[in-house]
Amino acid sequence: MTDPKINPSIHTSIEAKMRLKKRYKSERMFKIWGQLAIFVSVSFLLLLLSTIAYKGLPAFTHNFVSLPYDMSEIETLDVSELKKVDYDGLVKASIRAQFPEVSGRKNKKLLGGILSSGAPVILREQVIENPNNRNEPLRYKVPISDFADIYLKGHITDETSYEKSDIAQIILDDDEIKVSFASQNFTLIIEQIKSRLINDAQKLREQQAGLILSRDKMQTKISVIDERVKTEDSLIVERLNKEREQLQKNLKKVLAQITKLDKKAKGFEQQALATGTQEQPLTNKDKSALLYLNEAVIKINAVQNNYIRGKILIPFSGAAPEQISDWRLRVLDMPEASRKFLDQEIVWTDELVAKGYVAKKLNWIFATRGASREPEMAGIWGAVVGSFLTIIVTLALAFPLGVAAAIYLEEFAPKNRITTIIEVNINNLAAVPSIVFGLLGLAVFLNFFGLDRSAPYVGGMVLALMTLPTIIIASRAALRAVPPSIREAALGIGASKLQTVLHHVLPLAMPGIMTGTIIGLAQALGETAPLLMIGMVAFVVDIPGSLSDPATVLPVQIFMWADFPEPAFEQRTSAAILVLLAFLILMNALAVIIRKRFERRW
Amino acid sequence: MSDKKKNIKTQKAPVIKMRGKGVDVFYGNKQALFNVDLEIEKNQVTSLIGPSGCGKSTFLRCFNRMNDTIDICRVSGELTLDNQDIYNKEIDVVELRARVGMVFQKPNPFPKSIYENVAYGPKIHGLANNKTDLDEIVVKSLRRAGLFEEVKDRLDESGTSLSGGQQQRLCIARAIATRPEVLLMDEPCSALDPIATAIIEELIDELREKFTIVIVTHSMQQAARVSQKTAFFHLGKLIEEGKTSKIFTNPLNKKTQDYITGRIG
Amino acid sequence: MDIFESEHIVTSYQDELTDLAASISKMGGMVETAISSSIDALLSHDKKAAKKIAKGDQAIDEMQRRIDKNAVSMIARRQPMAGDLRLIISSIHVANDLERIGDMAKNIARRVKHTEGHKFSPTFYNGVRHMTNVTLAQIKDSLDAFASQDTEAAIAVCNRDDEVDALYVSIFRELLTYMMEDPRNITECTNLLFCGKNLERAGDHATNIAEAAYYLETGKNLPVILEEMKAQEQEEQEN
Repeated sequence: MTDPKINPSIHTSIEAKMRLKKRYKSERMFKIWGQLAIFVSVSFLLLLLSTIAYKGLPAFTHNFVSLPYDMSEIETLDVSELKKVDYDGLVKASIRAQFPEVSGRKNKKLLGGILSSGAPVILREQVIENPNNRNEPLRYKVPISDFADIYLKGHITDETSYEKSDIAQIILDDDEIKVSFASQNFTLIIEQIKSRLINDAQKLREQQAGLILSRDKMQTKISVIDERVKTEDSLIVERLNKEREQLQKNLKKVLAQITKLDKKAKGFEQQALATGTQEQPLTNKDKSALLYLNEAVIKINAVQNNYIRGKILIPFSGAAPEQISDWRLRVLDMPEASRKFLDQEIVWTDELVAKGYVAKKLNWIFATRGASREPEMAGIWGAVVGSFLTIIVTLALAFPLGVAAAIYLEEFAPKNRITTIIEVNINNLAAVPSIVFGLLGLAVFLNFFGLDRSAPYVGGMVLALMTLPTIIIASRAALRAVPPSIREAALGIGASKLQTVLHHVLPLAMPGIMTGTIIGLAQALGETAPLLMIGMVAFVVDIPGSLSDPATVLPVQIFMWADFPEPAFEQRTSAAILVLLAFLILMNALAVIIRKRFERRW
Repeated sequence: MSDKKKNIKTQKAPVIKMRGKGVDVFYGNKQALFNVDLEIEKNQVTSLIGPSGCGKSTFLRCFNRMNDTIDICRVSGELTLDNQDIYNKEIDVVELRARVGMVFQKPNPFPKSIYENVAYGPKIHGLANNKTDLDEIVVKSLRRAGLFEEVKDRLDESGTSLSGGQQQRLCIARAIATRPEVLLMDEPCSALDPIATAIIEELIDELREKFTIVIVTHSMQQAARVSQKTAFFHLGKLIEEGKTSKIFTNPLNKKTQDYITGRIG
Repeated sequence: MDIFESEHIVTSYQDELTDLAASISKMGGMVETAISSSIDALLSHDKKAAKKIAKGDQAIDEMQRRIDKNAVSMIARRQPMAGDLRLIISSIHVANDLERIGDMAKNIARRVKHTEGHKFSPTFYNGVRHMTNVTLAQIKDSLDAFASQDTEAAIAVCNRDDEVDALYVSIFRELLTYMMEDPRNITECTNLLFCGKNLERAGDHATNIAEAAYYLETGKNLPVILEEMKAQEQEEQEN
């Protein structure tokens, strides 16, 4: 047998080099695709995270107000007595004391709205906890209302301030005040009013044009009918006449509307023309303008070139001076009609800040309280505890059952039909939509067994059912991965089958089992649908204290808050999402640590 | 009558520790062993040799019922330990495996500490009443396996941190810690270098004093060095068995001759 | 029966074994030639031939050393078992015996010097010639038995050794008579006696070779077997 002639250049020829280059190139391309994919995924992730963080981070701080409450009436340190104190009255009295000029029920209510409606509750808790501070009442801090908080964080409106040195002459007239100036300081505002008027007029004119079109159409129809009446016979003529009547009626309406619009538009147009020559009112659809004269604040209601008329929001401390040479104009970009925080409230809040009564702190309310209708009083602690209790129940049920089932199926079950059927079913269960488990929980746990609705232990049971297949499948894979040499060694030394599994196979399979468990639990932590079905949507204010107290979980809490309209809730929803993510990361980190510990020991 | 002196050497009658008679083993429908008769003598080393797939490992595993762990494996015939049928339903297989220990081809120490490896067997069989007794058993077993001097300072280290030869000696120590009467070794040196092999062969020779040893080996030189009795298997049948010196100098069966001289695979 | 019906898996090993057997055969041939030519040289007073034989003995010794060396090397490298082991060990023994036979031939050839000017008469040396033929036959048969592992032939050679011994005894007696008859015959007859002795010893070595052949084939010692056979026969006779 002769050896085939080995061509020495088969791996060194030019063709070979080309082939090699091609191989390297395709490998490089593959690598680039991979890196691209990672880049895209990471960018999306970062986008998502940054959006949520941007929205949610403001919720982690809140502005708190401390006021010099008059606590002289509280004498005793007895808790039952302290509970009976009228904190609501204290709070109201205290804030009214800051703005003694405020009168009238409506204004007083508005003033009280600067503080959170839950302020008395918070104050009460703090007094009961630290009654000794009542001599220094500024130590008690209550939350400011949600809109005031948003305003202080700068999300209500943008603004521009103009400092001017021009002589201002002040003329008081009851509530109203007129301030005239030497120069024309308000051209900007006037321009703004003018453009608003012109815009409104234009809109009306457009509407009018539309109506004119329909009028013309109708008139044409009527004349057509008139023509037809002349030639058609009596029956048709009757119908046509009825039509004509209807059309006439509509035409009348349209004409009236047109006239109305015309009038209005003309009014606006005339007013626009008159800017500069006539005094113009500043409506709530215009940007708000506030005039700061020393300590007084005036909301401008009407403006002319060299004078303004306005309402005093914050009065002069003493008698009003006749002249002031330095003053400030503050224009708020968001018109009052478009926001929920009035100019008066803005100015009051600024006063409190100026007096040093407001401080921004970490939002401990968010961290320690349960659900609430008021955003500034809403916290996630209830949901966190609820989630924690539910997960504990899930873990306690699913882990032992799952691992034991996996051990039985893998090591002890005889290889027959029944075992195969069980295996197939478990694999299928892993793919069942989670809401089905919720329905199961509703039907069996709540309706048939009559267990507590909205309780963590029921939620835990439902989630355990959901997580069981995941744990079983992962555990079986982990058990199968243990090399048979270990089993043989244990059996050879006289260990029974159970001892072999428990002492030798299971510890080696633990990392894999833990991974599967953590995956399952992380999934369960983020589940909303099944828990909604068993009633964990309840509005739970108190922090759940036991497994049977009504509770809610973080994802459900997020789901509920997403429904509420207040912008402060939008921030808190994002903040709660961040908390949920932190929870998940913590769980995963824990899993990695535990797994590493097991791996290292062996 | 002849007054010729008959030269009869007085020999001790061999004590039979384990016996297989008419042993058949099936894997499903495939028969792996055909009617094997073999006696294992006490305190002797018996080696089983033969080409790959000839059934020697299968036969070895019959003696401690390790074939039970394979579902499709069926064993028939008589297998006895001290004249007791080991496949009898009344025999506890766990107890059997404490009396008949096994060392495997690839060293497989438990992923535990060296101490734990050796202590596991005595612990589960209840051979030690307290920690001191257990310590004693562990030290004795390690000494017997010739490993103690090398690991006495690191009994808490993992068993898998040792070299191959040391691991195999650890497995031997582990097997003898349960005070077995028979030691089955399935190609114990095939994964080791010549020095480690020599150490273990020396060990086998020393252990022979207290234990009965059956060793399966691919190396005929090893069988020739280490055993007193050799059995040659081929395609599931026991072809020839006899004294090692005789088998390797003058075997009776041509198949045996061909195998040990390297004339057939 | 050839115990080596099949070939070794490792060809080089098989070749080495074949080489060894070939060396033994070759050495055997050399030795046979040495014996016959030594007797011829002596009886025809051929000094030249004698010298050649003496030199040839060196080659025979060299051959034996080579066979030894190869055998030791094969034991170290191949770890031979069973039949192969017996073959190699036997080859060492056979080479040894052949070398001794070669020495016998050398001794006979040396005698040529001492028989200067003497004439051997056929009456005297016919016996020796006959013995030479028988001895040569023994050597040849024993080597054949070794090469073909023929146990029967080996047994035959061993049994015939008595014949060789008997032949020597008769030659001894015959030459003794001649010497007693005429003292002038003493030199001639003594030399012939020495030849006879050497031949007898060569015959013994041939027997050794036959025993090696038997051992190679059966792994048993032929003398022991023959003893047992004899003892059994005796027993049967007595009974």
